[in-house]
Amino acid sequence: MDSDEIRDPYDPNPVPPDLRNNVVLARMEDLVDVIYDWSRARSVWPMFFGLACCAIEMIATGGARYDQSRFGMEIMRPSPRQCDLLIVSGTVTKKMVGPIVRLYNQMAEPKYVLSMGACANGGGPFKEGYNVVDGIDKFIPVDVYVPGCPPTPGVAAWLYHAAQAHRGAVDPYCALVQAHPVGRGAGSRAGSRPHRPAPRAGDPSRGAEGHRSAAGRR
Amino acid sequence: MTETPPAVEKVDPIAEAIDALLEKYPGAVSHDNRQGYEGVVVEASKLVEVATTIRDELGFDYLANACAVDYLDDGYFEMVYNAASIQAGGPPLSFKARTARDEAELPSLVGVWPGADFQEREAWDLMGIRFQGHPNLRRILMWEGFEGHPLRKDWKEPFYEEEAKPFSSRWPDGHQIRSEQKNPYGMNVQYPPGFAFEAYESEADPATYAGMGVTVQQEGLKTGRMIVNMGPHHPSTHGVFRMVLTLDGETIVELQPVMGYLHRNHEKIGERNTYLQNMPYTDRLDYITSMANNLAYAIAVEKLMGVEVPERAELIRVLMAELTRFVNHTWAIGFLLNDLGAFYTPALYVMNERELILDFFEATAGSRMMCNYMRFGGVFADLPERIGGVVHDDHERMRSYETMAFLEELIFERMPRFLDQFTDLLVQNEIVLTRTQGVGILPPDKAIAYSAAGPVLRASGVPYDLRRADPYSIYNEFDFDVAVRYNGDVYDRFLVRFDEMRESIRILQQVYPRLVATEGQPIFGGKRAYQVRVPPGESYGRHENPKGELSFYVVSNGTPNPWRYHIRSTSFINLTGLSEMCRGHKVADVVAILGSIDIILGEVDR
Repeated sequence: MDSDEIRDPYDPNPVPPDLRNNVVLARMEDLVDVIYDWSRARSVWPMFFGLACCAIEMIATGGARYDQSRFGMEIMRPSPRQCDLLIVSGTVTKKMVGPIVRLYNQMAEPKYVLSMGACANGGGPFKEGYNVVDGIDKFIPVDVYVPGCPPTPGVAAWLYHAAQAHRGAVDPYCALVQAHPVGRGAGSRAGSRPHRPAPRAGDPSRGAEGHRSAAGRR
Repeated sequence: MTETPPAVEKVDPIAEAIDALLEKYPGAVSHDNRQGYEGVVVEASKLVEVATTIRDELGFDYLANACAVDYLDDGYFEMVYNAASIQAGGPPLSFKARTARDEAELPSLVGVWPGADFQEREAWDLMGIRFQGHPNLRRILMWEGFEGHPLRKDWKEPFYEEEAKPFSSRWPDGHQIRSEQKNPYGMNVQYPPGFAFEAYESEADPATYAGMGVTVQQEGLKTGRMIVNMGPHHPSTHGVFRMVLTLDGETIVELQPVMGYLHRNHEKIGERNTYLQNMPYTDRLDYITSMANNLAYAIAVEKLMGVEVPERAELIRVLMAELTRFVNHTWAIGFLLNDLGAFYTPALYVMNERELILDFFEATAGSRMMCNYMRFGGVFADLPERIGGVVHDDHERMRSYETMAFLEELIFERMPRFLDQFTDLLVQNEIVLTRTQGVGILPPDKAIAYSAAGPVLRASGVPYDLRRADPYSIYNEFDFDVAVRYNGDVYDRFLVRFDEMRESIRILQQVYPRLVATEGQPIFGGKRAYQVRVPPGESYGRHENPKGELSFYVVSNGTPNPWRYHIRSTSFINLTGLSEMCRGHKVADVVAILGSIDIILGEVDR
């Protein structure tokens, strides 16, 4: 592989190609951020909180076939204090929206919201009902919308992965990054600090090309 | 149907009972003479008396359903009661009481049937009928302070567009507008005239806490009673269900279920929909058993339409309903154990089996969970030739099976094997025994009085299963036993589900050869139509859902939309006995008791 291809534009001290397997050069502050993001992306703690039909598929995502633990998010905690991902899985009613906002407020930062299914996204089939809220995003900020009624666990699992991407983690294996490669320049990711690529420790062949083919195998 | 069951006696118990009532209460009881209606109309002042006679003398001791209908044009509300006989089985006796719309008031039947409790509260909440003598007549699905009674025909929701679908804006032109655009603040809200945000105060909680027994001051004691709220966000309430407990130490003194957190206005939407448009909504009632819900609704409407369902369609329906029963009971057991502390492991085993059955549903109906499969007069499609996934990639190895071979393996090998394994692992498990035996006892007389249904009723020693007691579809052609257990505690409710799964497998094993034999036969009776013609009348279609009796009460006035669309929700009515079961137990037992009732909030709140 051409060494230019994996050369890091931000790296003031490029590592000689023959040492790339063994040496990582980075500024300390960057490295801390990267490791922090990386580990956060791989240990999402969703809240064990089911609203309606989608909750069943959310639970099925934890089953053996769809296995969300491969994304490091098998531990669902019932307490909002221990969670960082709120999955709004189902129809939000006017009676329930208060408790949901309260749960969101009880979660510690950094926290993310995934709106699962048509009802949470915009009211869904029950939108015209007198007790139904047409979309949870009118009350709390939503990071990722998952379509479907209900989304199959496959879709849900894929988009949970997307939720990890959203949290600003630098993740060469992340599905969403592979599907929509963001530019490697400054400010490419909306609302986050300028993106800096992760120093890669490991096999140099797993450069940009390598990752793409890894995703293709998925 | 291929063969008619042998006629034993020509006596119609309903007609006999009606004659007896007419004789005993001349003037107060009269035939319901409207076209397509059955049963009797009872004078409101005599309602309690007549109901007591129906229960004690005529033997219709089980109140299956109570719901209100708004006859706007005639200017009255009608409360419809369906009482069935546990001993004799057969269809229920329907009796009705009427009250004027402007001053709606009826005597409460809670004293006769405690099972009417929640149903009358629902009628008060959604229809605005006051029940004299009801011990706790408060709103149940909406909150205190909600303006109006939404199921009245002249009540309009904030996103109201037209009386009935299809809306003229959408069909045939298709220029729909978003409801938000014409509503204040772009929200699904209405404000009563003179409403001020600053002055608003929720009335919900004081009303809930009143009467919970906390005002008792115990002099000299360090412990007092306290109120604990479980839910609406609690991992063991199976959704957004809330229980308000009064505790003395850890012992439950009083328990009050609070629901409505998932009330998504099924019935109001259903009355705007056309008949067929309601089918996908029934999927979302009890979202674990959507196939069976479809069947229940199809039965109710078919009864009105009078269509014949061909044999193969009936076989497929029974196949789907019994597979659903299996899924539901495994899931119920898995999550009961989840509540008992076996966190997630039994549930994971359950999901493996569920995925296989859902694969079959997906291949047949097109969707895993929300099947939308039954139609009035048959089913939507025949079984596919092969079951398999969509291949995205050349390298991907996808499993693809012949449907009948897949079913055969599932029914004859995999499901029995799984059940045996699950029985071995769980039934004699010491922790399960200790946590569940003798907990949450519901005696048989109370179970009947509280209108409990399904496994909850049968675990209390009452062998009442609609597939036997009031047979529908082609269940009378199959050989199976009604599962029953006699102690009425959590453990028996747990065991009765195992028994029922065995019986389901037995039925499935009888269905399979007949499915093979009827290959290629029609799956639809009558003409396929998007807009079905339903003659005027009422229909109460009964169906034994995995969780109990799920029935639909449908009133048609000949238009394409149902005039009344009521769901007799079993999870909702089974909860009536919850506080009775929990009183005197510890807090930790509440989750076990609730788990053994097996509620699904989509069906509780509708």
